[in-house]
Amino acid sequence: MPDVRVSELAAFENPGRKVVEVAGIEVGIFRLGDEFFAYENKCPHLEGPVCQGKILPLATEDIQRDGTSNGRVFSKTQMNVVCPWHGFEFDIRTGMHPMDSRVRLRRIPVKVLDGAVYVSVTPKA
Amino acid sequence: MLDIPANKPLRELPEITAASDTRDYLAQAARQAVAYDDYELIVDVDAHLQEGGFWGEIIELLDNDVLRQTAMGMMRPGAMPLINMQAGMNFQSMSGRIPHQSGPLEKTEDPAKAGHRFVQIVRRTVESMGLDYQVIFPTSMLHLGMNPVEEIESGLARAYCRWLTEKILPEDDRIVGLIYLPFNSPLECEKLVQEFGMKKGVIGFTICAVRHKPVHHRQYARLYSMIQETGKPLVFHAGPHWDDPSFSQLNRFISMHALSFVHYNLIHMTNWIINAMPERYPRLKIAWVESGLAWVPYLMQRLDHEVMMRQSEAPGLKRLPSEYMREMYYSSQPLERNDLELLEMTMKKINAETQLMFSSDWPHWDFDPPSAITSLPFLSDKAKRNILGLNAARAFGLPVKRLRPRAAEVLARQRQAAS
Ligand code: FES
Repeated sequence: MPDVRVSELAAFENPGRKVVEVAGIEVGIFRLGDEFFAYENKCPHLEGPVCQGKILPLATEDIQRDGTSNGRVFSKTQMNVVCPWHGFEFDIRTGMHPMDSRVRLRRIPVKVLDGAVYVSVTPKA
Repeated sequence: MLDIPANKPLRELPEITAASDTRDYLAQAARQAVAYDDYELIVDVDAHLQEGGFWGEIIELLDNDVLRQTAMGMMRPGAMPLINMQAGMNFQSMSGRIPHQSGPLEKTEDPAKAGHRFVQIVRRTVESMGLDYQVIFPTSMLHLGMNPVEEIESGLARAYCRWLTEKILPEDDRIVGLIYLPFNSPLECEKLVQEFGMKKGVIGFTICAVRHKPVHHRQYARLYSMIQETGKPLVFHAGPHWDDPSFSQLNRFISMHALSFVHYNLIHMTNWIINAMPERYPRLKIAWVESGLAWVPYLMQRLDHEVMMRQSEAPGLKRLPSEYMREMYYSSQPLERNDLELLEMTMKKINAETQLMFSSDWPHWDFDPPSAITSLPFLSDKAKRNILGLNAARAFGLPVKRLRPRAAEVLARQRQAAS
């Protein structure tokens, strides 16, 4: 599983995302602060190009102690990537769907070394 | 460790937006098409024109000069004069999360060389999904049945039929369509059947189901006879409507959408069955489009249960409602697949192997690629072939003749374009 350099660290936007094709596999690399995450660009729903979708905070419902809802608000901490085919959302940090953690993206190892960002992929047979 | 050679950077894929090329959007569907490349025929029985980009061309074809002047006088970029679309329908793209719903904004070639812009876009879709035929329906016009001005529905129906049969269908054999029946004006429906029913590429007739009109009413008797004589199917296309009094209680688009498509088809199917229309028009082929499938076994069970007790209210029936329903055609999208056990049972109940027809609903937000069918673990290869094309060929009288290029050819073209 060779490491492939995808970008200079300084050239990677923060927050940011790059989707690249490495050895026949499309990989989405996401940056949130100093953290990097990478996933295969294939949605677990119907294989749509999930990593090429919009990046948005998780929508939550603001519910008071007595059950009153104050409506919807965006999360201050969780960022999602939204599959552009049908809208499934995935937590960029965990790769999981907010409603069902069994529905998740396939993680690809990613690391920062000597000022560059690398991913490890197994080339397609 | 591999470093990227300076002269060979990795291929980067951009964010998908409403302006993305259909071929980029559906690149993965093109890869999936390899799995059904040897199937005899792939037909998508429900895809959509997003009229917004072409509305100027359609309203120019309005016969009535007062209506035409009214529409043209109201025409602005992005406007659709005479269309009674509710504001909430803008939520379809989920605030831009699903960009194809907001298109088409992609670039196309010079129409003088490459054909009508819409035809170019459909060609990209059929090529990416690996289709032989795609059946085109309108989008915003699905609401016209609720327009209080009767001549707006009939005027636009005629203008749309002209636009479709004069500008679009002659350009490509793979694009086929249905005559929009302005159901609020029965006489006008009959005229359109006579005038457009036999034009090239017209394979049936559609009633946009969002309306409050009893489909069994005697005023439609002659229309149904005429359609029956053509041998082409009558297709009920469901749709959303947020202004219906019951649905105005629902505070989220998802709630209205989940219920309203099914709601209109439930009502029309119930009237169709209880008034014994299958006995009165035994050769008329009926298809139910864009409500998914989960509603069908519910209604079968419910009507069978009640009709056994209240036969005197449905005396025209010679068999149970479910038996008639099992002989009708259904389109697959949006295929409710979360519970596969339930879906398998549903498919069994509707005789999916002979009655179900694949539909994509592209470019709408809840579209299904053909892989929504090919990836079902419980279907036999024969059932998949039938659902993906052969059932539609039978229903719509389409020749079983391959029109699509080989999937490998499409992929090679895409690879070349990407590099
Ligand atoms: S393929 Fe990603 S949401 Fe459907």
